[in-house]
Amino acid sequence: MSAMLTVWWKEVRENLRDKRTVFSALIYGPLIGPVMFVVLMNVIINQQMQKAEGPLKVPVIGAQYAPNLIDALKQQGLVPQPPLANPEKAVRDRDTDVVLRIPADFGKAWSHGQPAQVEVIYDASQQDASTPRNRLEDMLRLYDKQQGALRLLARGLAPSVATPLVVSQRDQSTPQSRAGMLLGILPYFFVLAIYIGGMYLAIDLTAGERERQSLEPLFANPVARWRILSGKLGAIAAFSLASLVLEAVAFSIAGHFLPAEKLGMAFDLGAGFIADAILLELPLIALFAVLETLVAAFAKSYREAQTYLGLLMLLPILPSVLMMVLPVKPAHWMYAVPLLAQQVGISNLLRGEVVRVGDIGLALVSGFVVSALLGVATAWVYRSERLAISA
Amino acid sequence: MIEVKDLHKTFGEVKAVDGVTFSARDGEITGLLGPNGAGKTTTLRMLYTLMKPDSGQVLVDGIDAAADPIAVRRRLGVLPDARGLYKRLTARENIDYFARLHGLATGVLRQRRDQLVDALEMRDILDRRTEGFSQGQRVKTAIARALVHDPRNVILDEPTNGLDVMATRGLRTFMRNLRAEGRCVLFSSHIMQEVALLCDRIVVIAAGRVVADETPDALRAQTGEANLEDAFVKLIGSEEGLAA
Repeated sequence: MSAMLTVWWKEVRENLRDKRTVFSALIYGPLIGPVMFVVLMNVIINQQMQKAEGPLKVPVIGAQYAPNLIDALKQQGLVPQPPLANPEKAVRDRDTDVVLRIPADFGKAWSHGQPAQVEVIYDASQQDASTPRNRLEDMLRLYDKQQGALRLLARGLAPSVATPLVVSQRDQSTPQSRAGMLLGILPYFFVLAIYIGGMYLAIDLTAGERERQSLEPLFANPVARWRILSGKLGAIAAFSLASLVLEAVAFSIAGHFLPAEKLGMAFDLGAGFIADAILLELPLIALFAVLETLVAAFAKSYREAQTYLGLLMLLPILPSVLMMVLPVKPAHWMYAVPLLAQQVGISNLLRGEVVRVGDIGLALVSGFVVSALLGVATAWVYRSERLAISA
Repeated sequence: MIEVKDLHKTFGEVKAVDGVTFSARDGEITGLLGPNGAGKTTTLRMLYTLMKPDSGQVLVDGIDAAADPIAVRRRLGVLPDARGLYKRLTARENIDYFARLHGLATGVLRQRRDQLVDALEMRDILDRRTEGFSQGQRVKTAIARALVHDPRNVILDEPTNGLDVMATRGLRTFMRNLRAEGRCVLFSSHIMQEVALLCDRIVVIAAGRVVADETPDALRAQTGEANLEDAFVKLIGSEEGLAA
């Protein structure tokens, strides 16, 4: 058995006996994403469905001034609620999503054939209030059109005279691409699973081993340090890979618990997706193993390494956030940038699009090249005298 | 056979080792004696190639440590100041790990391990995880781990540190057996009785320099003190850091 394999096997076996490492690498890391995802998505989707389809309860002030309007709205599903003393405050305090106010002179303006005003009171900064507000405005607009048409007919004109332009919407999104938008955060969970999967190992195998003073006797063995490092990196990668595979399988199962079809969406988290996603993420396993080891090698203690690596965890969020804030069109060059490649690639897979073999190849090559460069840097740090000395 | 020629090592402003020269011969126990902070551990670390000397040369069985550090480490069995056992592994797994790193085949490994386990009387703790081991049990395991590849040269940094009387006596017997087997045994200590009891040759280090390199009898003659303790104090120049 070669020295590298000896180190690898010892580290894997030793860390499988550590409850914290096993928990974070094989339970917390891979499962936090899917569980959070299913819970969040179910809450959001059900909330939206309820607001989009259920009876729309809206407090109405001055209903007595426009009984015909209220009757027409009731037919469309509005359930008028008793008026509020201070509707602006109620909306700001989120006691209600939207309030309809009919002024006292509504009837007068209406009977004179002038535009009669109604007020819709809402807070645009409340995201989840937009659905009831849009529904109320749609109801009002429909009533407006109907009444306008009736007035034109009464004057002997065709209602089409008042609609010189008709806008027809042709949505090109597919059920899968709509799901892809919703699943935009999923690539980040994959990256996180890899990161967390290897993190405690990376800390333990370098900073931890130095703190426990076992690095010095280890380096007294007739084995080149880069071989020892390789074995350790391999052990970290093995845990990361296990975490990633568990995560992918968990997501695949979690897909069955999402009420996506209710929204007219579909996604395929089947075996094909899992295989492609894991392939795309492979370079990140290498990249994070060396990066985490490099950072841990600079830390003086276990706790210090933990702090550094906790901060570094923010790094993989960057591409996800960038892609969300800047609506950049996915381009082929993005596959040459590690992290960005995985973000774009997994997003495309989720949208049901085919990721070209060339792009996957580019992601693999660029990822492994960057990992190799970092690996050389890490090996260089590993050669330093300082590394082995704990006290 | 370990030969050390004019070793120098500085850390920033501090001259930790400032021209150390001595030899440790096969079939002898050589003691490296000096107060805390005299440069013993740094000297030993340069011997087992954990550190590179600023200048000077280390030869182990004639092999230059700077030219072929891996060959040198192959010929050394090292118990560093930091014992550093893997606490989630059993004593047996700790020993086997280092044996494998030395490339020992399974048959040889088993035979060597059995010899050491008997010699160190540690059969009862062999399959326990080292977490919670006493200091003595830890040292035994670390020594077995360090010597499993049957090295000709043995370096022990403060081997009796923290051991009780029985464990210390056992370790002395073990070291005498190593000498009887013809090995070169080099150990460091700041406890003079121990050095006086065991050593064929004593190298006294103070402030990074060798102040004496003699047999115990010659040391007494050189300093003109009948008592070894007084001889040491005279050599080192102060009583600071020497355990009585």
